[in-house]
Amino acid sequence: MQFEDEPLVPGERLPIRPGHSSFGRLERVLRAGGFAVTAEIAPPDSANPAEVYERAALFDGYVDAMNATDGSGANCHMSSVGICSLLCRRGYGMVMQVSARDRNRIAIQGDVLGGSAMGVASILCLTGDGVDVGDHPQAKPVFDLDCMSMLSMIRHMRDESRFLSGRILTEAPPVFLGAAANPFAPPLGYRPLRLAKKVAAGAQFVQTQYCFDIDAFRRYMAAVRDAGTHEKVFILPGVGPLASARSAEWIRGNVPGIHIPDAVIRRLRGAVNQQQEGVNICIDMIHRIREIEGVHGIHIMAYRQEHRVAEIVERSGVLDGRQPWRPAVDWKNPAFDQGHPTVPDVRPPGLSN
Amino acid sequence: MRNARGLKKLYAAIERILVLSHPLLRRIGYARLDKPFMKIESVTKGFLLDSQNCGQCIVGFTGLSCPMNCPKKMRNGPCGGVRADGNCEVEPGMPCVWVLAWEGNQRLREEEIPLQVVQPPVDHRLIGRSAWLREVRIRVEDSGHAV
Repeated sequence: MQFEDEPLVPGERLPIRPGHSSFGRLERVLRAGGFAVTAEIAPPDSANPAEVYERAALFDGYVDAMNATDGSGANCHMSSVGICSLLCRRGYGMVMQVSARDRNRIAIQGDVLGGSAMGVASILCLTGDGVDVGDHPQAKPVFDLDCMSMLSMIRHMRDESRFLSGRILTEAPPVFLGAAANPFAPPLGYRPLRLAKKVAAGAQFVQTQYCFDIDAFRRYMAAVRDAGTHEKVFILPGVGPLASARSAEWIRGNVPGIHIPDAVIRRLRGAVNQQQEGVNICIDMIHRIREIEGVHGIHIMAYRQEHRVAEIVERSGVLDGRQPWRPAVDWKNPAFDQGHPTVPDVRPPGLSN
Repeated sequence: MRNARGLKKLYAAIERILVLSHPLLRRIGYARLDKPFMKIESVTKGFLLDSQNCGQCIVGFTGLSCPMNCPKKMRNGPCGGVRADGNCEVEPGMPCVWVLAWEGNQRLREEEIPLQVVQPPVDHRLIGRSAWLREVRIRVEDSGHAV
């Protein structure tokens, strides 16, 4: 969706509309009643910005915002602040993920200000996986905050224009606040209440763990609707393609919090082309999730299959013909100074709306 | 947390006694009492609740399950990594403290679910100090008396 008030210079902020918290396109799409699409960008193990741009370009025109993960699975990668900094300057809508595992309240508040200054409109607050599951199990787990206290801290920064300490900010960070949710982990009876608690702490949108068990998700959403929580928060269930039956079994056994029913693994195993079947299953899940009342979008986590996201969005028809923002500038053209969007006169065809 | 209701009553009784003894506690001096109190607390709470002595106890909100036993120190509910059997993501042999808290909460049968109160982050200066004395002082201050 190209908004009528898109900045001429890529990377400049859109105006903040009345009733909105941020200048971000994700918030705009959601508040306008659109079915939003977000996807997770794989952070490179590299200091080369070109690798970030290449990975982002896979999603051009297919997503409303990209999530930059923050050491997901407790593995080391390029930071979410770094990825957001590079991509925001090119105009991409970013969801900056912040994990409580690695940084204390001093570092996180600094990153919130820094990220917002660089153009981050949405922040997703996470507790984070334990260091034991990652590639640096020797590391000190920080966990100074948890996702809940992080949400309320950043909301305090935004709404009261103060640090947690009470010290005044000269300008508050206008951010759209998000949280994660796992409807499939015990204690199941508490999960809908936990979502309500995150909303009370400041969450405005929520992206869920992979959703492969539609019946369990329906039960969860029924409880969420009974409490009226779906009217206070935008809910984007997580989906993604499984690469094969074997990898699905490995994920189920080794990645914390991912629930994959046997039926899904059987369907994969019975397929001639398991990778293609993984994409087909993902598309089916999107169709079924979309029918559930209270769902406002979809969050695609195509780990190591990011090149399939375009196909998933296209074939699922999830955008209903709507075209999300895409970069107007051909950044591969060497005439443009890499990384510095100082090109005022380039107005692409079709940007009139 | 099968004994959650009984323990909660005991806890409330201790708190009442301490609040009543505030004038005496003040005369002796709260600072001087911190160490002996801490000894009693760490023995009793350690035995009954597996307390980790964070100095800012919230077991009244958690069905009496000490959340500082959580490897992620989560004070606001379970993370998304809880295993299907209800055990901890980080320590597979240990039940999730929040699964226990949820069970304890249901036994407490309170109208408003105390788990829903958003807890502030831990004040790391208070770790290892007496939570009871702190609670008494907060109560007394709230009631408008000088501490």
